[in-house]
Amino acid sequence: MSPLRDVRNWLDERIGWDDLVAPLRKKTVPLHRLSYWYFLGGITLFLFGIQMVTGILLLLYYRPGASEAFESVQYIMTQVQFGWLIRSIHSWSANLMIFTAFAHMFSVLFLKAYRKPRELTWISGVILLFLVMGFGFSGYLLPWNTLAFFATKVGTEITGQVPIVGKPMMIFLRGGEEVTGATLTRFFGFHVAVLPGLTTVLILLHLLLVQRLGISVPPKLELQWTANPSAKREMKFFPNFMLREMMAWYVALGVLGALAAVFPWNLGVKADPFVPAPAGIKPEWYFLFMFQTLKLIPSKVWFIDGDILGVLAFGLAGLLWVLLPFFESDQPSHTKGWITGFAVFALAYMAGMSVYGYLAK
Amino acid sequence: MAILRNKLRRNKLRPFGAACYVGLAGFVVLAACLGYGQTKNTCLDCHSALPDPLGVSQEKFSQDIHAQMGLTCASCHGGDPTSDDPDKAMSRKAGWKGKIDRKQIPDLCGSCHSDPAYIRQFNPSLRTDQLGQYHTSVHGKRLAVGDTKVAVCTDCHSVHDLRAPSDPRSTVNPVNVANTCARCHADAGYMKEYSIPTDQFAKYSISVHHEALTVRGDLSAPTCTTCHGNHGAAPPGVDRVENVCSNCHTFQAQMYERSSHKKAFEAASLPGCVVCHSNHGIVLPTDAKLGAGPEGVCMRCHTPGDSCDQARIALLSSLNRLDEAIKSADHVVHVAESSGMEVSEALLGQDQARDSLTKARVTIHSFRQALVDQDIQAGLKIAAKNLQAGKAAMVERNHRRLGLGISLIAVGIVLAGLWLYIKKIES
Repeated sequence: MSPLRDVRNWLDERIGWDDLVAPLRKKTVPLHRLSYWYFLGGITLFLFGIQMVTGILLLLYYRPGASEAFESVQYIMTQVQFGWLIRSIHSWSANLMIFTAFAHMFSVLFLKAYRKPRELTWISGVILLFLVMGFGFSGYLLPWNTLAFFATKVGTEITGQVPIVGKPMMIFLRGGEEVTGATLTRFFGFHVAVLPGLTTVLILLHLLLVQRLGISVPPKLELQWTANPSAKREMKFFPNFMLREMMAWYVALGVLGALAAVFPWNLGVKADPFVPAPAGIKPEWYFLFMFQTLKLIPSKVWFIDGDILGVLAFGLAGLLWVLLPFFESDQPSHTKGWITGFAVFALAYMAGMSVYGYLAK
Repeated sequence: MAILRNKLRRNKLRPFGAACYVGLAGFVVLAACLGYGQTKNTCLDCHSALPDPLGVSQEKFSQDIHAQMGLTCASCHGGDPTSDDPDKAMSRKAGWKGKIDRKQIPDLCGSCHSDPAYIRQFNPSLRTDQLGQYHTSVHGKRLAVGDTKVAVCTDCHSVHDLRAPSDPRSTVNPVNVANTCARCHADAGYMKEYSIPTDQFAKYSISVHHEALTVRGDLSAPTCTTCHGNHGAAPPGVDRVENVCSNCHTFQAQMYERSSHKKAFEAASLPGCVVCHSNHGIVLPTDAKLGAGPEGVCMRCHTPGDSCDQARIALLSSLNRLDEAIKSADHVVHVAESSGMEVSEALLGQDQARDSLTKARVTIHSFRQALVDQDIQAGLKIAAKNLQAGKAAMVERNHRRLGLGISLIAVGIVLAGLWLYIKKIES
């Protein structure tokens, strides 16, 4: 008897291991020409794992505080063995994770996987995307460099535009009227405690729902397979799909390693609150479409302040985005084309505005 | 309500109309009260409609700092500005002076500006020695002997729209001073009888000082008045040139004091700094000034091959050595930086090396090899350290890329293994 089997038997006798993993054995993944989109959720989860591991390693040396943060990151990058690699992987992985989370969301949208009974999966997924963006926003400030300082200043100022609750929210985020060391320690707390806790709970819920409801099939295919059950093709989740997913993870790992080694993440210049903001300062790419939109809105639209209008519009769009499944029919034969059209528009708008924002001076 | 309305109609009472009348009466009383407190100034009533040189518009005069401080036309010109009758307003009896004679202008301005007690009311930090200084200036001296072509207060400061020097629109704002002086001093026809050059402004316009002042906006950069004085305007004089330059170039002056040139120039009545750097057209000095080429200045006096020429070559060689060392380190450190390597310490160190080179270029004014070598050696040491840091960063970069290559091969092998395993279990 192999040692692995011994361990398995030991666990089975105590916690009923075989019963626990039985659903995984029975779980299948639909097999069709768009099946490769199913890998994106797993890749995002893998990158989140990378973030957890590299984040914990960075925590061993990082010191939050306006007088120490920059120096501690500099120390990590120059003195700590492989510190540069850990920090670069953490930064690149954060960006890749946000990208794959967006890609996963749009793939779910175009494959109409958000329909009944998967509304909760969609809602938890969109909230997860917001949390991931929150990770990006809070983590960006932690090295306490010039770009991060002013991007946070602009970002929190935008929060302050929300009517009624905006100003208190801005003061809560900043830990005062201005971006200071208090903001840094606050963002550090969000980044390493609040957001990871919330995200872990939501990921577990999201995975539980995926496990419970199975993997969605595009409506057209669902109709074909219902009409002709013999045409239905599936793949076992374990080990067949899992092995393929592992291949995708290895590819992601290779890409991460290459990016970290060839384009190590820049540290920049230490933040100085008393110098003017660098010209043409922009937020990270995933906030660029919102930033550019706010820049283009006139200062007054009718009698409403342009910034307030923009922030309210994005808030409303975010809410509608979360509630999107409730506008869709639960019948595969009655799916609404306007939702797909809206998704295409949203994707084109976000991509177009991001490129415009990147090129704009 | 209806009963009240009927009653009002019957008695022909119009409450809205009554309120209007009361409001109008109140406005008239208020306007009268406000007008009562104001001093009447009838001068501008006519002069704002007159053509130049008698015309002074309300808009122009309102820009004048004196008007803003509460002074009126009568403060300088006398007369009675409260009278509507021009004959009374401009009567000698009322103290009217008419157009101020050019010769009288400095004393008229000085009647207030030399009175500390009076000036203190408006600006306690404003100097009150302008008139005294003016009398010592070439302008003041020539005016005293009857030359009315020389500058008086209003020529530089303007009149009727005179602004504070800190105002960028002021003719005596540091940025505008050179243009103001050039109005006369660059006019060859106007200056003909004085037999002094008129190319100062043209030369100054290409100088490093002009560039600092107008392009970089450095208001501490010198303009005409910085070296020549303003109210006490006078040529600096041969024996005082280094005293003028040393106001800003302190260290160069200290080094020059210790050099053999100081005595030699004085003995030959040569004008110190100006011998090598010129005066109005000073351009950014380069190491080529020490060379034997067209930009070189040493060989204008020294003989090729003499001991001074040997010293010149040694000094130039020291500067070049440090300059080259900094450039080499710069190249390597910047390549490392563009490869994403963390070399901020080396970049900071490069600034220190450049500081050493700048210091050596200052020490050159002592023309002592030993002193210059101290700065050169310090700079060379820093540059060598930075070069080493840059090279180490490049070695590290290559190690990273090698590590990446090996890791990618490992990833590729695992991928191939997984693929083969999938094929095996699915077959």
